Amino acid sequence: MTQEVFVVAYEGDDDSGTLLEYAIERAKKEDAALHIVHVLEWSPYSFLTPQEVEERHSRRKEELARAKAVIIDPAVVKASDAGLSATGEIRYGQVVELIAEIARQKSAAMIFVGRSGSNSISARVFGSVPLGLAQIAPVPTVIVP
Amino acid sequence: MNRVTTFAAALAAFLFGALPAAAQGIDETINSIFADYTGWYVGLIFADLPGTNFSWIALWLVVGALIFTFYFGFIQLKGFGHSIRLVKGDYSDPDDAGEVSHFQALATALSGTVGLGNIAGVAVAVGIGGPGATFWMVIAGLFGMATKFTECTLGVKYRNEYEDGHVSGGPMYYITKGFKERGLPGGKILAVLFCIFTILGALGGGNMFQANQAHAQLSNVIGDYPGWITGVILAGITFVVIVGGIKSIARVTEKVVPFMGIFYVVVSLTILFMNYDMILWAFGQIFQGAFTGLGVAGGFTGALIQGFRRAAFSNEAGIGSAAIAHSAVKTKEPITEGYVALLEPFIDTVVICTMTALVIVITGVLNVDADTGLYVWDEAAGMISTEGGVSGVELTSRAYAQSFSWFPVMLAIAVVLFAFSTMISWSYYGLKAWTYLFGESKASEVTFKVIFCLFIVIGAAASLGPVIDFSDAMLFSMAIVNIIALYLLMPIVKAELAHYVARLKSGEIKKFT
Repeated sequence: MTQEVFVVAYEGDDDSGTLLEYAIERAKKEDAALHIVHVLEWSPYSFLTPQEVEERHSRRKEELARAKAVIIDPAVVKASDAGLSATGEIRYGQVVELIAEIARQKSAAMIFVGRSGSNSISARVFGSVPLGLAQIAPVPTVIVP
Repeated sequence: MNRVTTFAAALAAFLFGALPAAAQGIDETINSIFADYTGWYVGLIFADLPGTNFSWIALWLVVGALIFTFYFGFIQLKGFGHSIRLVKGDYSDPDDAGEVSHFQALATALSGTVGLGNIAGVAVAVGIGGPGATFWMVIAGLFGMATKFTECTLGVKYRNEYEDGHVSGGPMYYITKGFKERGLPGGKILAVLFCIFTILGALGGGNMFQANQAHAQLSNVIGDYPGWITGVILAGITFVVIVGGIKSIARVTEKVVPFMGIFYVVVSLTILFMNYDMILWAFGQIFQGAFTGLGVAGGFTGALIQGFRRAAFSNEAGIGSAAIAHSAVKTKEPITEGYVALLEPFIDTVVICTMTALVIVITGVLNVDADTGLYVWDEAAGMISTEGGVSGVELTSRAYAQSFSWFPVMLAIAVVLFAFSTMISWSYYGLKAWTYLFGESKASEVTFKVIFCLFIVIGAAASLGPVIDFSDAMLFSMAIVNIIALYLLMPIVKAELAHYVARLKSGEIKKFT
């Protein structure tokens, strides 16, 4: 039997520690692998000044390097240290769509997402990541409080 | 204490009383110096062809657009669908997400061109050339799409990419590199000339003219007040954006400007819809006027000249500015930026300018002789007699106010925002020309940016007719150099196009969605 994969939608903020710890704990019990995904919000339809257009390529490189060093690498190390097989991925785009797409690609068994941010006004108006995933996730999704 | 108060009051009275007077004096001095020393050049650039009243520079742009259209086999028609698909992101690799998208490149370039030309310029064209000017404006816009295609492809192909990932591009780079590649002489001289014209054009048409018009609109709505106040505020905001790197303000403008553009189109469409029974009549006026003039002085040629001039001024095709804007985009295929850029004259001229023209014609702000059915020509003003005798932005404002009384206030806000975004764009174009000449150091960049901000104050405070004329002449001088280069380099674009189309057909370049 191939090993199951759990996808973790990882923001990397203060509340994400609980999410990661919970996902690690569950993965250990199920003997599953973790795929930790960090999405940098990006819309190809936002507007930029000419200066921003020029700097975009180098900014993107910096953002990717920072996300790797500060968010994804430590999370992967933490999961590996716990004895799990863990991988990381950084993507640009819309969080909910990308997490669902990656879960599909990886044939994941489950998605783990934090509840953080769900109470903000904008989340109530426009919908939050957990709510969005609840609607379109292709696999069972665990919302970690 | 009393003395201090009296002194402060006296100082304030002196400053507020004397500053405008001093500015007036400076205005006149600057005007006369410019008129004396640059008048001949302005006259030369806008000179009419012998025996006609058709300026040779308008012909230069239109002939260029026609040649590119035929040379690339009507790329603006054949490639239109592909352009839309590129902007939609159909061919964008998901792994490149986070890079500037084609849509963003187009929006950024458009925010530099959509502005006063679409509002004031069209009113001037229709006021002088009659409704028929609209027809020629659209024709010039359609042909201009091929010019943009050519210059923006070259802009990306020959840009400079630096180690830190930033890029510099534009006509000065394709002139030097492209000429060298083809073994042509004189590249360096042409590039330097182009840069000088760009810097002066950026400070004038891309800055002082914008600041001046923004102030004119504001004082129209709020009431008369000294221009330097608008100038200092605008310069302050521009300073924090371009020198201080406060991106949030720019981002807000960049978000509001497209919204304003869409809003403008929606309001125009609403007015057209409200007068739907007159739309066919308006098109009739436009077609008829295009060939007969409908009693407008200058007749057919008057309409043609005004239409062509305004189109060139509004969409900047051939000027070279768009090539600077597009060259910063990270893309594997230079030709895709050409495809995307060809949509600019379409949106700017064919869609937005036509809206303005239709509303002006339909709302009846141009006076018509009830007996003859022809437009009443105001000899003294040199244009069609209008309701209230207004022209330019005010004519547009009055036409829209016929349907929506609140429109002049919205228009004033739109003009100020359009002016601001145009200034931000031109500060960038000017800067790229400046750094090409003086090197890419921080100090050299800041020097230009500070000069740019100072010119905003001058532009808003003064009524510098000859200075603005000179700067218009500079913008069109950019087109002289740029189009010469485009003629010499167009075979390179043709080869790129053939190679791209072949791979597109073979399926090597494929859709991602």
